[in-house]
Amino acid sequence: MTFGKIVLQLTEGMGVSIEIFLVTLVFSLPLGLLIAFGRMSRNRVLSGIVKIYISVMRGTPLMLQLMVVYFGPYYLFGMKVTNSYRLWAALIGFVINYAAYFAEIYRSGIQSMPAGQYEAAKLLGYNKRQTFTVIILPQVIKRILPSVTNEVITLVKDTSLAFTISVAEMFSTAKALASAQTSMIPFVAAALFYYVFNFVVAWGMDFAEKKMSYYR
Amino acid sequence: MALLEMKNIRKTFDQLLVLKDISVSVEEGEILSVIGPSGSGKSTLLRCATMLETIDFGEISYEGEKVAWAENGKAVYAPAPVLKKTSACFGLVFQNFNLFPHMTVMQNITDAPIRVQKRNRDEVLQDAEELLKKMGLSDKADAYPYQLSGGQCQRVAIARALALNPKILFFDEPTSALDPELTGEVLKVIRSLADLHIAMVIVTHEMAFAKDISDRVIFMADGVIVEEGTPEEIFASGNERTRSFLGRYGHIM
Repeated sequence: MTFGKIVLQLTEGMGVSIEIFLVTLVFSLPLGLLIAFGRMSRNRVLSGIVKIYISVMRGTPLMLQLMVVYFGPYYLFGMKVTNSYRLWAALIGFVINYAAYFAEIYRSGIQSMPAGQYEAAKLLGYNKRQTFTVIILPQVIKRILPSVTNEVITLVKDTSLAFTISVAEMFSTAKALASAQTSMIPFVAAALFYYVFNFVVAWGMDFAEKKMSYYR
Repeated sequence: MALLEMKNIRKTFDQLLVLKDISVSVEEGEILSVIGPSGSGKSTLLRCATMLETIDFGEISYEGEKVAWAENGKAVYAPAPVLKKTSACFGLVFQNFNLFPHMTVMQNITDAPIRVQKRNRDEVLQDAEELLKKMGLSDKADAYPYQLSGGQCQRVAIARALALNPKILFFDEPTSALDPELTGEVLKVIRSLADLHIAMVIVTHEMAFAKDISDRVIFMADGVIVEEGTPEEIFASGNERTRSFLGRYGHIM
């Protein structure tokens, strides 16, 4: 089998990997912000629950979390799980895991903002919502961009973990091909895929950082 | 009717009584300087007047409208709409400027009038240009705060506060973060505001400036107003505490 043919066989899987990546980002980035608000809430019950949630998400392996989301409904409640649930389980698992990490990044960014920015906004009559969206958030995004880049790059590689619940993403296909062909080439193709993917991601994030560097 | 009336204000930080029964009033267009040693409660007084800190006891009213008063020995504040309405009549210039770093000078000045006061954009821009001219910063409209000197930043902060057309402007040690040269340019600008007939309350360590610009001077120490009077009265005071404080500034006079 030529390298080209192997890559062709992997394309479908690549689509799934990219889908997991994109869906995770689209949902976990805003969800993370909500969770960060919960974590910083003055309501002790809410902030307590969110704290435990974040601690569990960060303290246990993502692979295990994926399995819990996938097998949980059947093992716990005897619910019939269809084949199409695999991808859903992977997406849910990734979103709730990454949202927890993003929440902590947002929190660190928000809490690093000097009190003077809030005070100036208050004196100028901005309400709480305007203060956050117009004054605080734009500055927070600039501050947290490097940490977000780290997380996003990790996510590219983490998509391969969907393999553990047999989602047909790129890595699962590569592994199957490798055993069928007793060849290293599918692994090389997989490595190249992740590397190029991350190269593009890093380039994009670098571009974003440059765009935000118009002020200090 | 006084523009600002503060009566029997008490404020504690961690059991430390910072303001002990302070009463101050400011008339329309009046320029009042507050002087005194560090830690005497001057800044806290301004922060209470501008509602950045809540008082523990006492009464605050703007233009006769009560915003805070004491009930059963504790301070209560007026409902949010009243606070919002009254807070439109004052502005504050901070010691460390607190400009918004991600906005240009022009955006710093115009965003609140447009977004908060919902004023006409072109009109606001026009006013802002005039303010910048007054501040000697016409060429800096598109600069970001990090490109400016401390003195320029403070002048932008003053323009930003003025753009909302306050009736009373508070200055919290506006030149304490600046070197003597930059201090001079900021003081010059504040002086030039005197004919705008906006009341100004200036917490400052610049004695010569306070003496020169003020209609009235308050000397605070240890959370109380030791003395209050015209600049001539305060700077020629026989009060021992006042003398010992001003004595240290003797070389400036």
